[in-house]
Amino acid sequence: MEFMDILSNSLRGAVGPEAAIYALAAVGLNLHFGYTGLLNFGQVGFMLVGAYGAAISVQTWGLPLWVGVLVGLACAVVLAIILGIPTLRLRGDYLAITTIAAAEVLRYLYRSSYAEPLTGGVYGLDQFAGDFFALNPFTESVSLGPFAFSARNLWVMSVTWGMVALFSLLVFLLMRSPWGRVLKAVREDELAARSLGKNVYAYKMQSLILGGVLGALAGVMLAVHGQLAHPDIYMPAVTFYLWAIVILGGASRIMGPIVGAVIFWFLISFLDALLRQATTMGYIPASILAPSEVSAMRFVFVGLLLVLLMAFRPAGILGNREELRLSVR
Amino acid sequence: MTGNEGVLRGRVAAVLSVLFLLLLTPVAAHAVSDFRGTGPAPMGTSGGDEQVLFGSITDPDGEGLADIGLTLEQDGAELGTTTTNSDGEWEIPVPEPGTYDVVLDLETLPADLQPQQETGERREGVLVRPGRLQTRVPFPLISTDERQEPPPGAEPTEEPEEAPTTDDAPAPEEEGAIATEQPRGASFGARFAQLTVEGVKLGAIIAITAVGLSLVFGTTRLINFAHGEFVTIGAVTAFFLSTSPGNLPLILAAALAMVVVALLAGALEKTVWLPMRRRGTGLIQLFIISIGLSLLLRYLMLVLFGSRRGSYSEYNVQAALEIGIIRITPRDLIVTVLAFAIMVAIGLMLTKTRIGKAMRAVSDNKDLAEASGINVSRVILVVWILGGALAGLGGVFYGLTSAVYWDMGFYLLLLMFAGVILGGIGSAYGAMVGSLIIGLVSQWSTLWFAPSLQNLWALLVLILVLLLRPQGIFGRAERAG
Repeated sequence: MEFMDILSNSLRGAVGPEAAIYALAAVGLNLHFGYTGLLNFGQVGFMLVGAYGAAISVQTWGLPLWVGVLVGLACAVVLAIILGIPTLRLRGDYLAITTIAAAEVLRYLYRSSYAEPLTGGVYGLDQFAGDFFALNPFTESVSLGPFAFSARNLWVMSVTWGMVALFSLLVFLLMRSPWGRVLKAVREDELAARSLGKNVYAYKMQSLILGGVLGALAGVMLAVHGQLAHPDIYMPAVTFYLWAIVILGGASRIMGPIVGAVIFWFLISFLDALLRQATTMGYIPASILAPSEVSAMRFVFVGLLLVLLMAFRPAGILGNREELRLSVR
Repeated sequence: MTGNEGVLRGRVAAVLSVLFLLLLTPVAAHAVSDFRGTGPAPMGTSGGDEQVLFGSITDPDGEGLADIGLTLEQDGAELGTTTTNSDGEWEIPVPEPGTYDVVLDLETLPADLQPQQETGERREGVLVRPGRLQTRVPFPLISTDERQEPPPGAEPTEEPEEAPTTDDAPAPEEEGAIATEQPRGASFGARFAQLTVEGVKLGAIIAITAVGLSLVFGTTRLINFAHGEFVTIGAVTAFFLSTSPGNLPLILAAALAMVVVALLAGALEKTVWLPMRRRGTGLIQLFIISIGLSLLLRYLMLVLFGSRRGSYSEYNVQAALEIGIIRITPRDLIVTVLAFAIMVAIGLMLTKTRIGKAMRAVSDNKDLAEASGINVSRVILVVWILGGALAGLGGVFYGLTSAVYWDMGFYLLLLMFAGVILGGIGSAYGAMVGSLIIGLVSQWSTLWFAPSLQNLWALLVLILVLLLRPQGIFGRAERAG
């Protein structure tokens, strides 16, 4: 086994474009769950509408990419309002059920033959992000020890990590503002916040919209990165990745999503590379795990990670157990 | 809950419907756009995006036949060939959605077998819809000395076929049933009646799976996301038991599958949920654990079962009974009747037996039930075991009427949620009634809309219920607020 290969693979994975994109979406989810206590299990739905908003605007309507991104973000606002109106007055788990169902149903809708003239159906939409790559200042790939990235990936990474930093700063400032303090109060005790005259419903809605927009931005970057908006990229499992990242890093911590994303993608890349080598070199017989089944094991691992984290360390790496009171009212 | 909430809700509902239309606008706008995706089909993220025709070729006893040749043709041009594997299964990828012909190579058939119908070696006009990855093409075989003669005076095969079932789950069992499109000729009334039958069947299956979900919520306040995986595990266990090497009869396999899922659910309660509750773990934490568990079990099923769509070898090919204007196979009829019998049995259990009354007491008020001498932990354990067994059976039923696949439970879970919330979460009767309505709504929607959008209508019902009566039909108002 080439342990050095596996290790450098994992290190690349830890800071690569995927880690950055998931960190960005996790910042939004952290705003939902960590700061407001909203159980959004459909973050991938926001990513989907964002990505398709951009891709459809460019490919179908011939608009420039930046307009498309705005369209995508607007779609996320609309989605947040639609999901929020019926559920935000109810107990937290209704939002969870509605969001997870909505995300999956949206995926069916976008890939259906009915929507195909617009969304490309099962083929998706590709090659719509030329505008973005035309701006790429990097001309050749850069290699620094194990960190070797193509110019293209480097550009996606810089922009996305830049956005992660920017929006983390924004969330940091927001949480020090009166607005942020009300959000935390809503999370801690909704009734108390209400009795102090705060419109809890409106605050929850604002949080859902803002976090959803961040999710949509991450969805756009995911589509841009692969030059492809395809319904099957936005599977429900993506949401669970994000939850694992937020909880691993520590919910309601500014650095939580970033630390979570880096460690999560390190582990995922490590596991993938390890299993792949072990199966192709015959350390694990094909009767137990065929090489084609390795990618499924990744999800099994994420599920296990979620269970163990929640059972033994719900506050994650950075979190504060006192601050995170996990109970439904 | 304040007095003007109702007025507010009405206003909110109006806003919501406008917003929903807005979100759909991009989709609706396709009428004025002539764009078509022309790029190459993208490679799937998990390699499972290729559209394929598939099936399995078995002798009349259900034994798979190896090395049977098949050819894929379109407009007379040959596009590809394949042969069956040792289990008789075959698969041919198709380049794009469209209509194809599949031809069975008679030379490769054992000498004592022949297609059930005279020209049964050619399946013409197999429709591959965009968005459907796998389309099943059946080739029923019989032994050479018993070819069915068409009854005198009757057109042998070209009957209007049954209404489309779910898009993901074609119902290819009847003779010649390949295209699942409803023929345009059938009258609205006939289609409505047929879809009502399909809806009742689907609803009844969802109902018996959803009862466990609702009862578990009622007694523990936990929304168990892994409930869908109980369904899958039941179906997959029965599948493995009823195929080689066990080759158990399906009825026995289904009973064993129920036991397996019941044990699994009981074991999870004993090892995970009970200790967690004792530690005073928060409900959100438990909820996220159930989601992790769901992900873990679902993808384990993918590793174990693969991404194929299986169907049970028994009761697979049946001629439909015609009752008036509706058609139903004996298998589907029995599944539906059994599901209803089970629902009645659950109702009787909840009202007449000691344990059933205890379940309702724990649902109503756990502390009061405990104080009056009910062993709450035992009641909860029984609820898990019962719910698990019912979910396992529901899985077998769904596998029988459509197909067995690795994420069937997750697909059904979304429908179960809609049904359970519509009926009033926590109430067993509510789960049954709600599920039946969801089954009907999702089938009736195919009268006007694409079958792949069935789930969308279930979701819309869910959102409307949350807006107008969040406690559901049978729920009590205090639970939801």
